[in-house]
Amino acid sequence: MNPPVPSILIRGGRLIDPASGIDAERDVLLRDGRVAAVEAPGKLKAAAKQDGAEIIEAGGLVVAPGLVDIHVHLREPGQGYKETIATGTAAAAAGGFTSLCAMPNTVPVNDSPETTRWMQSPERGAVIRVFPIASATRGSMGEKLTEYGSLKAAGAVAVTDDGKPILGDAIMHEALIAAARAGLPVIQHAEDTRITGGCSMNAGAKALRMGLRGMSVEAESGLVERDLRLLANVNGVRAHLHVAHLSTKAALEAVRKARRNGLHVTCEVAPHHFLLTEEAVGDYNTNAKMNPPLRAQSDRDAMLQGILDGVVDCIATDHAPHAAHEKEQEFERAPNGITGLETALGLSLSLFHKAHRLPIVRVINLLSTQPANVLGLKGRGTLAVGSFADVVIFDPNKEWIFRASGSKSKSKNTPFDGWTMLGEVRCTISEGRVAYRS
Amino acid sequence: MPQRKTTAETLPPATPQPALPSPPPPRPRGSVISVLDLSVPEVASILALATLLEHEAPLVRMHRLLKRRVALLFYESSTRTRTSFELAAKSLGADTALISSQSSSIEKGESLKDTGITLKALGAECIILRHPSPGAPYPLEQATGLPILNGGDGTHEHPSQALLDLRTMLAHLGSGQTEVSETTLQGVTIAIVGDILHSRVARSNALLLPRLGAQVIFCGPPALLPDVAAQIGPGISIERDFERALAASQVVMMLRIQVERLAGMHIDLEDYKGRYQANAERMNKYAAQALLLHPGPIIRGLELTSEVADGPQSLIAEQVRHGVAIRMALVARALDQSTGSAVETRAGKSARKTARKTRPA
Repeated sequence: MNPPVPSILIRGGRLIDPASGIDAERDVLLRDGRVAAVEAPGKLKAAAKQDGAEIIEAGGLVVAPGLVDIHVHLREPGQGYKETIATGTAAAAAGGFTSLCAMPNTVPVNDSPETTRWMQSPERGAVIRVFPIASATRGSMGEKLTEYGSLKAAGAVAVTDDGKPILGDAIMHEALIAAARAGLPVIQHAEDTRITGGCSMNAGAKALRMGLRGMSVEAESGLVERDLRLLANVNGVRAHLHVAHLSTKAALEAVRKARRNGLHVTCEVAPHHFLLTEEAVGDYNTNAKMNPPLRAQSDRDAMLQGILDGVVDCIATDHAPHAAHEKEQEFERAPNGITGLETALGLSLSLFHKAHRLPIVRVINLLSTQPANVLGLKGRGTLAVGSFADVVIFDPNKEWIFRASGSKSKSKNTPFDGWTMLGEVRCTISEGRVAYRS
Repeated sequence: MPQRKTTAETLPPATPQPALPSPPPPRPRGSVISVLDLSVPEVASILALATLLEHEAPLVRMHRLLKRRVALLFYESSTRTRTSFELAAKSLGADTALISSQSSSIEKGESLKDTGITLKALGAECIILRHPSPGAPYPLEQATGLPILNGGDGTHEHPSQALLDLRTMLAHLGSGQTEVSETTLQGVTIAIVGDILHSRVARSNALLLPRLGAQVIFCGPPALLPDVAAQIGPGISIERDFERALAASQVVMMLRIQVERLAGMHIDLEDYKGRYQANAERMNKYAAQALLLHPGPIIRGLELTSEVADGPQSLIAEQVRHGVAIRMALVARALDQSTGSAVETRAGKSARKTARKTRPA
């Protein structure tokens, strides 16, 4: 068993806990990996003394539930040259995250309880909690379902074939039902890969100008609409579809409508899709190549609006590390994806809090409480007494410049190198242990 | 599900991006990857230099780049571009080395970056690249720091072709080659016809010619010419009707259907020929005075008939001749600038700076 966790008293901070609606000065006592008490300033002095608690001074700082990223590629097993669970979680902790959900497109694909357990083993050296997401079909081949019940028992929190979306109607329908019976959401990377072969950016004038094949909006929205039709036809159980990294207005509107009709559908948006447009591809910048691709201004604005008006459930990074030699290639050959764990909070606060005046509590809701709710991570995304002692402490007013060269991730493939971030993480605590301190 | 509050917030106009004003990374001077790398005065100076070099005595000319090293890196087959770049470099006295993907370590999996570094280590001072992947010259330029002359990158651009097309047109439209300005081609309409979608020649011409005052008409079927093509730059319009396009144009540029890039797309060739083939009857009826260009290779009997290809309006062979002169100028410019001596005028340099700043994204 793990050694006992020393108590920590976080003193004098501004506690922001979306789940309980608190945004006020509170002291927080962490004990045995859980939140033991949340009280007005000064009231926990005696209890902390009794515990021999470490004191963390948080005057002028925000104390919030640790951030939760439900869409991360940690690359282990199999591609440790891009990232390992140790380096990925270290980067995440530096970004304020305390829970990551790891996508199954590893080598081999995580389609078994064994791999699911392997990823959570202490030997992986994770400094925060990793929740594996298992593949929805064997080998993510889209043919035969994996064993959802066993995967859940092994710790999987959802099933998906992520980059290889499930195209067959029958198998997707079957997956939705089986997952609902097992109590798991099905996550779909919505891309009709039958019409996106050879595509490396968003379809439109920019792609044509650059001589690149473009992915159409319909390749995303069409599959979302198909999935929603299937979801509406699931009888007897309440299936949950989660749409990964939405990038188009058309798909977002489909989700909005389905939700109005009472379907259990949730969705996430990645920071690059609410911040950047296809113009960022510039002269074939491979750090602006991802899937789904950066879209037109109108789609980018729709993502922003969807977050402001609440139809988007959460922000997820789609952290996708790739080695330098893989990105330093011809644009069409370079792999999709960018890193995102260390920039998500800073970019979200810059855009939503500073530029759009969204209260910090709502930004934390999008980065912590709601993503935890979407995947049913109990005791995460909240600092209610009894929940896990997952905490991020940050200076909400500090602006700083992100340098990819200083990233804790093994890979440096980010379009946000040199960008100004708002909100500097001072300390990240995972289940009562300090995982990061600046 | 947690409760969602719907706020009535409206979107403020254009949120400030949290980006630092970071200067674009410096690029090696003399590189020409896109026609947008060149300001109009630079285009003028390239045309002037081409004429100067063309008229220079061969034995004088060959001392300009004597024993300098130029690498020709070809990942795709080529007849005209490769030979004319090679002849151009050699006629300036440079040593050339040809590396093609079929007979080099590229076959063993060597990356473009490492191939470039190797060529630089072998003394190459400039790399002429042809590559099937759009944008491939950019990482090569970044990896080597050498001036790159884009000899065609997939379906992106072919700037030396656009320059030689321009020189060909100017020779017949009656304006002096060295006097090129923003108004040189005012009143001139150029129809570019056929497989626009896959044509780097179409892109480079359409992005260059309107900057000299020309109007460009793209003409072709929707499968090979999507509507958004008109948005790639100013001065471009789409006309689906070939005969109307012919009637409106002083210059007609025919393109080959790039079978190697169709990627499963089905084209009804008989229908295509019926609508878009340049034949004698059409040319006589709608564009009897127009100049006929084609970047080659031509497919006789498909996009144009032999009668037209060999007819009096055809400048196809002349284009090839202009290609050597233009490429001499591009190679001379690339090598001169990498050693610091000036071919380019001061005015050209500052104009380029302005062009970079204001060029369309």
